[in-house]
Amino acid sequence: MLFTNLKHILTAQEHANILNENENVMVICGRMGPMCIPVYGIAEELEKQYPHVKFYDMEFDNPESHVIRNLPEVRSFMGIPFVIYYKNGKVVHATSSIQTKEQITSILDNVFGK
Amino acid sequence: MYLENKNAMDKSTDYDVIVVGAGPAGLTAALYLSRAKVKTLVIDSGIAGGQTILTHEIANYPGIERISGYQLAHIMKKQAESFGTEIKINAEIERIVLDRRIKEIKLKKNENIYTAKAVIFSLGGRSRTIGATKEEYFKGKGISYCATCDGDFFTDKEIVVVGGGNSALEEAVSLTKYASKVTIVHQFDYFQAFPHAIEEAKKNTKINFMLNSRITAFNGDEKIESVDIENIKTKEITPFKTDGVFIFIGYLPNTELVEHALMLNEWKEIIVKSDMSTNVEGVYAAGDCINKKIRQVTTAVADGTVAALSAIEYVMNFKSK
Repeated sequence: MLFTNLKHILTAQEHANILNENENVMVICGRMGPMCIPVYGIAEELEKQYPHVKFYDMEFDNPESHVIRNLPEVRSFMGIPFVIYYKNGKVVHATSSIQTKEQITSILDNVFGK
Repeated sequence: MYLENKNAMDKSTDYDVIVVGAGPAGLTAALYLSRAKVKTLVIDSGIAGGQTILTHEIANYPGIERISGYQLAHIMKKQAESFGTEIKINAEIERIVLDRRIKEIKLKKNENIYTAKAVIFSLGGRSRTIGATKEEYFKGKGISYCATCDGDFFTDKEIVVVGGGNSALEEAVSLTKYASKVTIVHQFDYFQAFPHAIEEAKKNTKINFMLNSRITAFNGDEKIESVDIENIKTKEITPFKTDGVFIFIGYLPNTELVEHALMLNEWKEIIVKSDMSTNVEGVYAAGDCINKKIRQVTTAVADGTVAALSAIEYVMNFKSK
């Protein structure tokens, strides 16, 4: 259970539906751990500034999160959270481990526009 | 999330005290200030909790047997807010004016000027990085700063732990639950850790030591494959095959914001007197950003308490000055 104010993705089907229905999606796949909590907090803050982007989280240890853990883009990742940026259902960027607000903002601007 | 302040009623930008930094020192100061009916604003460039939220479990905070850093920070924040503290998170400071009687703080992307009679800086610190080639690139791709977060990615792999303090040695021992071999790389020929931590590491058969050594480069393509290790005495550099590197080499104070306004020591820590006052009247500092030896949650909350009580006294006498 992730104790955040982000919308949670609980199943692979739900994940697929969200990607089908939304152009710009960011999913943070992590735990309630030290490297993940700051990223959730930043995403919650940025959610208001990026109304054209849908922000979600998904629990890393949920078996259904295989849809993220098995992505080819995260093959070399060895640090949580995995943050995936989707445009029209396709992965356009992915990061591993903690990120700063500046790093996340820069990615959002680059892949989804301001 | 848990950081949202839904109770902020007063939207005026004039405060008695502004606390910069929402770690344990800042939140404790805010608790004392607001409980004393001193109008208080806390500003933080990140989320509340400071480095406490980077700690999986705290077992040495008196009165609480075991708690995650996240939970402890959450409680501290709620407690401060319950007495009226207003907290602004993810708020970056553009400019500060401290040399006037009324202090001013301007935030980025915010037209308001926040004013106060006194300011407490509880700026905290951040993990020190090695600064070697490609360190940022390999973060999350072999480089980690959190054993409990990422340890399971290194099951049956050979890893390096950098550092010689308590964190490095304790995390090295903890990582042997996953890794097949752990090599501790440390710049000195002795450890700064407590004797029991050194003993635990030395008796663990999975742990090897490379002393008088430092990493000069991280090598690999998509993820780390090796590091270059320099013997500090001989200057010889040798490639060392590894699947991952965990870095625990201490902290740097986050004092860049005040380096031209307040007196700092050679380690960039804010110099304070015993009442936590700085060289500028009405400006106090507390927690990991000040000149002190021991950095614990307990010492941070103690600093925050002293700074708040000193600031309260200053604000009470402010009108008569």
